[in-house]
Amino acid sequence: MAGVSTAGSKSGISYDARGLVEPDAEAPHNSEIDGQKARFEATDLTTRQINKELRRLVYEEGITDVTIVNPGSKHSLAVGILKRCNITFEGSPGWFACGLIDGPTVHIDGRVGWSAGENMMSGSVVIERGAGSLTGAAIRGGDLVIKGDVGARTGIDQKGGTIIVMGSVGINTGFMMQRGRQIICGDAGDGLGDSMYDGKLYVGGTVASLGIDCVPGEWDDSDTEFIERKFANYGLGSPPEFQKFVCGKQLHNYDSLEPSERKLVI
Amino acid sequence: MCGIAGVIHRNGTADLGDELTKMLQSMKHRGPDSTGYALYGPADDLVVIRFVLAEPNEAGGFNMEERLERNRAEVESRLAKIGANVATMTSETGYAFRATVRYSGELKPLADYLEDVPGCEVLSLGNSLEIIKDLGDAATVGEQYRLDGFTGTHGIGHVRMATESDVDLASAHPYWAYPFADVAVVHNGQLTNYHQWRRRLESNGHRFQSECDSEIIAVYLAEKMEGGLSLESAMKSSLDDLDGVFTYLCVTGNELGVAKDEMAAKPLVLMESDDLVAVATEEIAIRALVGHEVETRDPYEREVLVWQV
Repeated sequence: MAGVSTAGSKSGISYDARGLVEPDAEAPHNSEIDGQKARFEATDLTTRQINKELRRLVYEEGITDVTIVNPGSKHSLAVGILKRCNITFEGSPGWFACGLIDGPTVHIDGRVGWSAGENMMSGSVVIERGAGSLTGAAIRGGDLVIKGDVGARTGIDQKGGTIIVMGSVGINTGFMMQRGRQIICGDAGDGLGDSMYDGKLYVGGTVASLGIDCVPGEWDDSDTEFIERKFANYGLGSPPEFQKFVCGKQLHNYDSLEPSERKLVI
Repeated sequence: MCGIAGVIHRNGTADLGDELTKMLQSMKHRGPDSTGYALYGPADDLVVIRFVLAEPNEAGGFNMEERLERNRAEVESRLAKIGANVATMTSETGYAFRATVRYSGELKPLADYLEDVPGCEVLSLGNSLEIIKDLGDAATVGEQYRLDGFTGTHGIGHVRMATESDVDLASAHPYWAYPFADVAVVHNGQLTNYHQWRRRLESNGHRFQSECDSEIIAVYLAEKMEGGLSLESAMKSSLDDLDGVFTYLCVTGNELGVAKDEMAAKPLVLMESDDLVAVATEEIAIRALVGHEVETRDPYEREVLVWQV
């Protein structure tokens, strides 16, 4: 292909003049397909090849159930899938896994690096082990369930959806969140809910310190109902006791309405 | 950006050069400009000196071969004058050298005396530390310096994306804690009180090879350790003394340490087993080392961890 440099030839990866990686990658067609199900081995595939194969199966072959074996912590896998389907990772993907998805039900039997499920719109991502920082950054909908510990700034800029962490979270969890909920079963680091606009944070363990304008919230029946429903939905056992934290509304004067809702109010 | 990696074997030696090359090459996307290694081979009573006589950018310059030869001869004569008997001196590149010498004096006069030779930079000095750094990705540098087969117990490495200074050797990590033996640092982040610390350390008599903020971490820690602190205590005090965002790795003759700033702004993932500890900016580097699923975790903010050989 014209314009493809061989700068990265030592790693077998090519770049075009703009620095785009593997502009000429093609789907490897290495899946075993059985009816609506497909499964492929990713050990020797590059990031682009894995994503190409996944998209081929979901969008062209109409497969509804894809299993990716040995993703090897490669970054940006299963990003931007906008169709209802089931995706299973047998092994750990790297950073940015399942970002920008709208619809898929994802199960990750492994760990994920930074920015797992960032910007997801709908669907669900269940991670059997831990995750890095910026988990669920700016999600607008869907459920993100992490069964281990996660790093810092979980759900930064969260605009909807639910993040459930069975372990502990680091510093500035829920930083500038605008909507949605986080259910944290373990401990939370310093600056919980710092500068949040709205939304709800539930913490089962200890909170090192609250961030600016994050205050304890009043518990009501809808909180209990919501948490029990989510725990039952994902088979997480019986929920522990939680403290609830919300925005004190002293820092920001913005509302949290979507543009369409704002029109109705006005 | 930049990517860092470290590995320590707690029961014996391994093919460190090959291991770190694999880890660093898998993070090439974080920085393809230069790659560096700080490796610890088996310590003996010889002093190992890694030095360069020119920047790789200049190595093809006018009359350079002749100048390099003249300056190399000058280094040898100065080593002899200061009482360091050269056991070996080799070079894979023509501008970067590895020498082993029999020397029992102070290291600072030795380093200062050599640095006075035109173009000479002492990259590392010690009984087991060897710093190798050059332009290009890890596969290129590893091959150029024949690092596969470098046997040792622990080491760190760095891939650099030049954002605030030139693509050159002076700006490449790791940094040796001039003039303290066997201490080196790699760093991912930016220090915002760099100038304050540089002035303080300079007024204590230290000199710096570069304009890079990361170099002060090495000298800061080594000075604290010289004053009697353990590596762990020195690193803990750095969390309060250094401003900015940082995740850094520090190595000494028998330790590997990790420190993360109070915002946990820069990534690091850690794998720990009885024999082996591996740390890296991204898990993909740990997978390049072990090749199968492993239990890993991200250290939290203000965490300082130190492992011994």
